[in-house]
Order: sequence, then C-alpha cells, then structure tokens
Amino acid sequence: MDLPLFYFLVLGFAIFMYVSLDGFDLGIGILYPWFDKPGERDHLMQSISHVWDGNETWMVMGGALLYGVFPAVYGTLLSTLYIPLMLMLFALIFRGVAFEYRFKSDRSRAYWDLSFSAGSAIAAFCQGLVLGTVVQGIPADSSAFSSLHWITPFTLFTGFAVMAGYAMLAACYLFMKSRHDIQAHAANIAKTLLITVLIAMVVVSVWTVLTQPYIYQRWFSGMNFVYLAPLPLLCLVAGVISWKDLHSHRHESRPFWCGILLFLLGLAGLVISIFPYMIPQQLTLWQAVSPKTTLEFVLPGVCIFIPIICLYTLWGYRIFSGKVEDYREGY
Amino acid sequence: MEHLNTEMLSRVQFAFTVSFHIIFPSITIGLATLIAIWEGLWLKTHDPRYLQLAKFWIKPFAITFGMGVVGGIVMSYEFGTNFSKFSEIAGPVLGPLLVYEVLTAFFLEAGFLGVMLFGWQRVGPKVHFISTLVVAIGTWISSTWIMAANSWMQTPAGYKIVNGVFHVDSWMDVIFNPSFPYRVTHMLLASFITACLLVAGVSAFYLLKKQHTNFAKKGLSMTMWMLLVLTLVQVVVGDQSGLEVKEHQPAKLAAIEGIWEAKESNVPLLLFAIPNMKTEQNDYQVGIPHLGSLILTHSFDGAVTGLKAFPKEDRPYAPLVFWSFRIMVGLGIGMVLIALAALVLRRKGKLYENKWFLRAVAFFTPMGVVSTIAGWYVAEVGRQPWVVYNLVRTADVVSPLPAQRVLFTLIAFVIIYSLLGLVYLYFMRKLIRKGPPKMATLEKQLIGMNAPGYALAWVKNLKHEDHHQEGEK
Repeated sequence: MDLPLFYFLVLGFAIFMYVSLDGFDLGIGILYPWFDKPGERDHLMQSISHVWDGNETWMVMGGALLYGVFPAVYGTLLSTLYIPLMLMLFALIFRGVAFEYRFKSDRSRAYWDLSFSAGSAIAAFCQGLVLGTVVQGIPADSSAFSSLHWITPFTLFTGFAVMAGYAMLAACYLFMKSRHDIQAHAANIAKTLLITVLIAMVVVSVWTVLTQPYIYQRWFSGMNFVYLAPLPLLCLVAGVISWKDLHSHRHESRPFWCGILLFLLGLAGLVISIFPYMIPQQLTLWQAVSPKTTLEFVLPGVCIFIPIICLYTLWGYRIFSGKVEDYREGY
Repeated sequence: MEHLNTEMLSRVQFAFTVSFHIIFPSITIGLATLIAIWEGLWLKTHDPRYLQLAKFWIKPFAITFGMGVVGGIVMSYEFGTNFSKFSEIAGPVLGPLLVYEVLTAFFLEAGFLGVMLFGWQRVGPKVHFISTLVVAIGTWISSTWIMAANSWMQTPAGYKIVNGVFHVDSWMDVIFNPSFPYRVTHMLLASFITACLLVAGVSAFYLLKKQHTNFAKKGLSMTMWMLLVLTLVQVVVGDQSGLEVKEHQPAKLAAIEGIWEAKESNVPLLLFAIPNMKTEQNDYQVGIPHLGSLILTHSFDGAVTGLKAFPKEDRPYAPLVFWSFRIMVGLGIGMVLIALAALVLRRKGKLYENKWFLRAVAFFTPMGVVSTIAGWYVAEVGRQPWVVYNLVRTADVVSPLPAQRVLFTLIAFVIIYSLLGLVYLYFMRKLIRKGPPKMATLEKQLIGMNAPGYALAWVKNLKHEDHHQEGEK
C-alpha cells in the first residue's frame, strides 16, 4: 500500500478514536447542567475519571502524527486556527484539572463544576469550529492569520453540532453505565439529542454540498450517489435502532455503539468529501507528507504499538466495566 | 513597545508555558518511581508502613500528574501554533520522536494510571503493583524520547537538508546525538532528586511539628539514603555534561562561565559577576583565578573559547545563562551537603531530632524543582539565538501571526497558569495537612485487597442485577 495513504488512514483512525472516546467524556461535561440532583454529578464524573486521560491522549497522538508525518498540515492548520485552538486548549486545562480538584474540594466544588462543564462545552465547540473551518476552506493568503475566517454561520453551526454529538454520546454512555433514575434521565436526554444530531448531520451535509461545488461533484457526479448511498442509509438505521433501545431499555449498550457508528459514518463522509486534500483545495496528503525515511521509521511503531495500546485500553475499560454505582472506591 | 513583536511574544509564551509545564513532570517522574518502590516493598515485606507511604503520596502524585497532562497538551500544539515554519522544516525529524513518545509512553501512563489510582479494589495487589510500575516506567520512557528530541536541537546529527527541510540520514545518529546520553541521565537524576527532596521535606515538616512521626521517619530515612547516592552521581554526570557543552556548544559554555576574550587561558571560577552584553565584559566580577581552567580543561592554563569568538548576533543572552547556572549549581551543592549531613547525623542517631537539619530539609522541599528549571534555562537560553543549534534561527521560524493575538493568549496563559499554580499549592498544602491515612483505615482496606478485586466486583455486579430484575418483576 502507498505509505502516505496508509498514514492518512492511521491519522483517520486516531481522529476517530479521539472523537469517540474523548467525545463521550467531553459530553459528560456538556450534560452537567442537566444533572443537578445530589450525587448525580459525582456519579457523572466517576463514570469517566479513570479513562479521560487515556481518551485525551488520542488528541496528542493525532497532533504528533500530523507533526511527524504531515508537517506542512500541522504547521498551516495550527497557526491559521490559532485562536480557536488556543481557546480549546484553555478549556481543556480547566476541565482537566477539575477531575483532580473537584473530589478533593469542600467549599470550592461549585467552581470546579463550572470549570468542568464550561471547559468541556467550550472545548467541544472549538473542535466543531475547527472542523467547520477545514470543510469550508482556509484562505490561501496571509488573511488566514489575521482575519476571523473561522467565524461564519457555517462554522458556528458545526460548533454546536459537535457539542450536540458529544453530548449524545455521553447520554448513551450514561445510559449504559447507570441504573434507575440517572439511567432513565439519560435515556430521555439521549433521545432528544439523537434527533438533534441526525437533523444536524442532514443540515451540514446539505449546506456543504450547496456551498462547496467540489464536494457536490464528489457526491453527485455520475453514479457516485448510488455508491455512497449506504452512508446516509446506515446513519438512519443506527438512529432508529438507538432510538428503539433508548425507548425500551432492552439493550443498554447498543445506543452507545450506534452513536459511535454515527461518528464513524460522519468522519467517513468528511473524508470522502475532501479526499485527497488535507487542507481543501490547497494541500493534498501526497504534497504534505514527510520524506520516505521518516515514514519508514514510524511504520513499525504504528504497526506494533497501536494494536497493543488498543488491547490494554480495552483491558482498562474491562476492569471498570459494569455500572458506576459499583466502583465508588477512590484512592 | 518595539519588543512586543510576534517573535518576542511567541518566544516568551513558549518559555512561560514550558517552564510551568516542567515543574510537574520533574516531580512525577521521580514520585511515580518512589510509589512503585514502596508498593513493591509492601508486597515483599507486608510492612504496612510502605503501603501508608504509597497511599499518602499517590494523592499529591495524582494532582501533579493532572497538571502535567493539561500543560503537556498545550506544549504538543504550541510547536505548530507559534512556530509553524519550524514544524514544517524540522517535523520530519522531531515529529517521529514525539509519535514514539505518545505510542510507547503517554498511552502506557494514561492506560495504567486509571488502575493505579482507582483500581485498588478492582484488581489484585500484584496487578496493582504492576500497573504502578508501568506508570513509572512510562514516565522514564517519555523523558527519554523528549530528551532525544530536545538534545537533537542542541547537537543536531544524522540529518541532511533538502530544499530547506530536514531529512534523516540515520535515526541512530538522530536519537543518540552527542548530547543525548548526558542530558537524559542528568534530567532523570534531577527528577529522582526532586521527588526525594519533596518527600524528605514533607517528612521533615511532620517531624518538626511532631505529627505522624513514624511515617515521617521512614520517608526521611529512605529518601536520605537515596539522595546520598543520587546527588553524588549527579555531580559527576553534571560535570560530564558541562564538558560535552564545551565541545559542542562553546558559545553556551562561554555564557555559563562568563568568559569574554576569544581565547582565555586563565579562566577564573566566577562567584559573582554581571555579564554586560553591550560593553562585552563582566561588571562587579569576583572570582578564583585559574580554577575555571582547572575544572573545564583539567589543566592550570587550559584555554577556553570566550563569547567574543562569536559574532554578536550569534551570542546567547549571557546574564540569564550565567545566573541560572549558578542557581542550579548552588542548590545542587546544598543538596549534596544535606545528604552528607544526613549521613553524619544518622551515625550519631540524631537524624530525626536535629532541628537545624530538619529545617534545612524542609526549606529544600521545592528546591529540586527550582534547580531543574534553572538548569533548563541554562540549556535553552544558552542555545539561543538558534532553535536548532547553528542551523536554524528562532527568529526565522515564527508563525506570521498578528502580535495582538499572541499577546492575548500570552496574557491568558499568565492569568490561567498563575491561578492554577495557586490552586495546586493550596491543594498540596491541604493534602499535606491532612496527613497520611491511618493504619486502622489501611487494615480495613487490606481485607478488601485480600479478596481478589476483580472477582469481588463481578460478584457485586451479579447481586445488583438480581436485585434489579426482581424489582422489575
């Protein structure tokens, strides 16, 4: 296989792992305002306190991969999206430290709740903003640094859409990890968010196709739409299954997996739309890729360690499997 | 206002954020190791005192680690946000080292940290110990990769430049570049020393207050033995590292020693001086003649290259390098003296009673961190004006951002990090005041640990599910 293409897929995998895993734990923070009965917020935080660090590591992985394998994309993307990325980092700082300090605090707990919740929400929003900006295209001149090209109605919409998506994943996660009242509450929220996310996916798709002619070409020229039809159809199927399970409580974990599937399909849609560009209309993956010696050096690392990482991550999740109520034990 | 340009602001921001960040890893690398040692000793000897040490220090470890994580994520993005051109030209060399750091260290630490912190009742004691050990090993691996990357920027090797971009000729030469072996050893030792000083300082504080005395004695005694070995080895490694700098980065060495003449054969060991970049000489110089030559060249009249041998635009800002070095070495000497004093007092049987000694140890609680930061200033400021030594100037690779955007984020970082720093100190104080867990509490937990945690949790699950289903019926 073509090495640059292989790395493009590895990067896609890292991004997918990041949005699924950190997606649900950022989402827990977004859902905080809707869980304010005594003990509920402890429950929410306990459900993710042992995994958030590992989840966020996928973001560092994505950054390092870009840096090493597609340095031109790393440099261009990060510097032209300076403000939204910095805001995201600030937000991630606030939510990250809240995990440690909240449980050790007495009087200041309300501040840590705010820090966790607002931090999660802003980080998710900024990620959506970045996503929207990449899709709509980055100016090729110096205005990319100085203008506010990353604030448009479209990017604001994708910002909220990503927030809704993460919150949906989190609600499904809570549905899987809780009992009784919290589970029922999570199911109700998840249903609302599921509908919101499905609508948002349609809106973003239509909006993109209407404003970006090259993406329109990709989806509708020739028979392409027929070949690509399974994507939207699978989204619909995942949505329906998820809705039914949330309604009947028959399968506690299936809505979560359906949510992950929705994210995977969304990501696939994005890749199909902009491929082979990494920065649309400017830089293809073959133009941005590092020299061969670099690609060959990273190859064994990626092939050996990513499977191992997945295995012990799974082991970590297994140890804390079951309901949150059963692992009250701290350290 | 002429200094408030994008270049200066980006550099100040990077310096500020990385200085704040390094505080936390330099503690956790050593502390994770200590906790693993205690847990291992507890498993081996069943002496609950070791468990008490592990269980107490795991809390400061957790908050320190958390701070390190959030600050570290900022670092991994700042290369791209503020030094985009540097990323583009050096990414093919440095990026892979960071990829390997993430793959072999960050995931390992994060994956096993959950079990280390929250898994006491979920896995058996052996698996828990292994998790702690893996976290500790993860911190070492992580430092090794990042030191390889940073050392390559100090003493680049194994590369060729093609169309202005660094390509790699030999990865062995890139990783094992000339300064790497010394610097990685120096940094790991510094981290172990930092953690030992922290533990020793808190133990001394308890002994002075006459609280938790048995717990504190164990902590102080162990760390003092360790410091005796670590600080003495560090003196040797530091000296070797200095000789390496003399060979590969002569301008940095000249700044460290405050040498101006292009070729100086009577190098004094300066005790005090203020290097003056404008007049190209030292103000208020006090020194011991020839001693510098003796240390650096191991001969009485050994010649050393001075700053005037380099064009003005290629010289690092000497006063900062000069004084950071003296802070680092001065504190280092203090640490050696403390370790030696401990040996003497232990012989006399007064290790836990001598008030002056305990006060000095308590005073040195944060000095490992201070010394580490000072050392990094020597290394990094001494490398300037180059980002890759002698090859790429920092000024040439800054992202072309509007200055006010960088100013905005710099101000935000200063506010947020100051706030976080205070919060961190507040919670450290709180944990230290609260003291170690009581032996009675630990014994209760011992019972839980005796039952295999995994099976226990599983049984609990089953019971709950039965209950749940009955409720539905």
